[in-house]
Formats: sequence, structure tokens, C-alpha cells
Amino acid sequence: MICTFTRRLILLMVLCCPVTALAGSKIIATGGATSIEGSAGGGIVPWAVTNGYASSGEWAATAFATVVGVDDFTLNVQGASVSYNNQWEWSFARQGFKLDTLGGELRQDIFGVKYHFAGELLYTALPQLSLGLQYKKNQDFALPQAVGARDDTGVDLYLAATKVLFDQVGGRNLLLNATLRATKAHQTGLLGFGTAADNNYQLVAEGSAVLLLNYNLALGVEFKQKPNQLAFANEQHWRDIFAAWFVNKHLSVVTGYAELGSIAGFDRQQGYYVSLEGAW
Amino acid sequence: MTQFIATITILLSLLLGGCSQSNRPSLYQQLGGEAGIAAITDGLLHEIEHDQRIVHHFADTDIARFRRLLAEQLCELSGGPCVYSGGTMQQSHTGFNISLADYDALVEGLIKVMQQQNISISAQNQLLALLAPMYKDISYR
Repeated sequence: MICTFTRRLILLMVLCCPVTALAGSKIIATGGATSIEGSAGGGIVPWAVTNGYASSGEWAATAFATVVGVDDFTLNVQGASVSYNNQWEWSFARQGFKLDTLGGELRQDIFGVKYHFAGELLYTALPQLSLGLQYKKNQDFALPQAVGARDDTGVDLYLAATKVLFDQVGGRNLLLNATLRATKAHQTGLLGFGTAADNNYQLVAEGSAVLLLNYNLALGVEFKQKPNQLAFANEQHWRDIFAAWFVNKHLSVVTGYAELGSIAGFDRQQGYYVSLEGAW
Repeated sequence: MTQFIATITILLSLLLGGCSQSNRPSLYQQLGGEAGIAAITDGLLHEIEHDQRIVHHFADTDIARFRRLLAEQLCELSGGPCVYSGGTMQQSHTGFNISLADYDALVEGLIKVMQQQNISISAQNQLLALLAPMYKDISYR
């Protein structure tokens, strides 16, 4: 796993090296990082910002690799996105969730689209507002089905509001994000969608607060409310803290610490979060 | 969660402890007064001149007048002893159709200049806080 990740890292670094290559006009760090679902955001929460640096009339592309390693599981995610006009974002993410203790793996593909319809992250009093959709498809449904999931596919819908407030804490800028999501997913979809008894959408709230120490470094904290619908085991809310380094407009690195609560009967799942993103 | 918040709070107070906002000098002073603002203005003009994304907007601009008015405006905005004598932002940008990308490009240029002049991150952010809301009056006119 580490070897694969390192190879990807080196590949990305090489691809990112020509700093003179075309980059969009958005201010550095305003494209955010890429969340584990492939949408621009923090680590576990999608934000209203679009991936990369495409300002009005511009295109951007990103690619990322993320590893989250907790006590009994390892999540590997790779994906890419295209954004246009600081308005549209199309994304794809492939998740592999290794059951390190139980054995086996749960894979999931996520296709996302995001539409920024109002406000502007930096320049308007109204926060940047976006609507997003994530179509999730399990590639391994035997286990989710065995533990009570109804479907191997699901669609999440979310509304996100994100705003940078200038000169807030010790003269630093503060980014605040609130996301409201409708979902049928268990453990973000890795354990399937809906149950025999309940196929209704659950409404959950997610939030991020990020202190921008300067143009390149940021410290953040996130919270993700989760439904708890499967009878076989408890599902709990997720949280993380992270440090992000926007090396330049082509390369960013996020490292963090995640608390994922109870997963499939394994309690107190905690561990590291590492993500690398290239942008063009 | 409480543990998380506590950790973050302690981290932040350690990192930013020295940056108390009480008794801080005016933004005008933090930017270096008259000389500092002249340097920012000249630096920004240099950035604009070399930025292919936006330089065309200034093709018919009287640069000497623009320089004087920009310096006046930055001085007045930051609390300095000046009075801005130009037109409103809406008036002076009508017909230019300034896009979000143009505005981003100018802000990026300003940030570069402020970084080069070693203006503190706090003073930079105070100035950006004053300039950012002008977007609605400047863009797409």
C-alpha cells in the first residue's frame, strides 16, 4: 500500500514540476483540498468551492490520492476532477476500503457533480453556495448485503456554504463551511445504501473550520454527522483535524488525524490521514 | 470533540499568542505610511503591466492619474490623512466588463507586491478585507 502510494506521489510530483505550466486565476488555496468522495472540500466534508483554480471562463483539472489508516481498516482513494468557470465541478473517485483485521476489501466508485449558484468565497458577504450530487456504486456488495444494506447504489445530495472571513484570529483569515446532506449511505456508502425497513433519505450536517496561517499553510478541524441505520453494528459521527500545505497552485499536501468512531463492530477507529493533490 | 476543540485552541494560542490585536497601529502605519503605499501602488502598476490577463484593460488609462488616485484610495481606506478625489468604483469601471478572473488576477498581483514588501500577514488581510467587498461595484459593469 505504502509503495503504491509513494509511486503515485512521485508520479504526481513529476507531473507537478513544471510550475510555469498553466494555472487558473483563483487565489492559491481557494480551491480547497479534495475530500475522500472526490469533491473539493476538506478531508471528509465537501465544500462549496470548486476543485482547482478555474476562475471565470477558465478550466481546471485535478488528480489526487488519499490514504486513511485507522486501527482495523485502511481506506485508499484515487480520483480526478475537471472544473469550469468557478461554477461547475465534475469528479470521480475510486475507494478501496481494506478490512485489515477481518480480511477482504470493499470497493466503491463515486461520480460527483457540483454547481456553484450564488455568493463568492472571498468577495461577497453572501457565502459561496453550491449544490452537489454524488452517485455512489459499490463494486463489492456481498458483505454490505449480508449486514442488511438494501441497495448497492445510492445518490447523495448536498448543499454547501463556504466563506473566507478576513483578519479573524491573530490577523489570520478563517474559512468556515457548513454542508447539509441527504443520504441513504451506510459508512458513506462502503456498507451500501438503505435497509429493508427504511429506504428514506437521512438528513445530516457537516462542518469545517480552517485557519489560514498564510497563503500556503492552513490548519483545520472537521465534523461529519452520520446516520446509524444498520442493525448489525453502530455507526458514529466522524471528525478530523488536519494541516494543509499548498506548495504552489499545482501541488498540495494534507496530513491529518481522523476519528471515525465505530465501524462494523470495531470501536474507536482512529488514525492518520494523508492526501496529495495535483492541479493544472 | 471537546478534546479536539481544546487541542486546536491550545495550538492556536501557542501559534498566535504574540499577535494580540490591542494597541496595534493603524493599517496606514502598518502598510508603511505614505512611502509604503507609494511602493505598493508602484508595485501593483508593475504587476499589471506584466500580467497578460489584465493589462489590456489599462490600454487607454492615464497611468499618472490612475497612480495618484489608487494611492489616494489606499491611503484613505487604510485610515491615512488623504481624501480620495476620484469617481465611485461603479463609475470608474463601467464599460470595462471586469470579470471574476480579472479581479482574481489583480488581487493575486497585490498579494505578490505585499509579500515582496514584507507587509505583515495581518496587515495584508486587513487591506484585503477592505478591498474584497468592492468586487460587486467593480465587476461585470
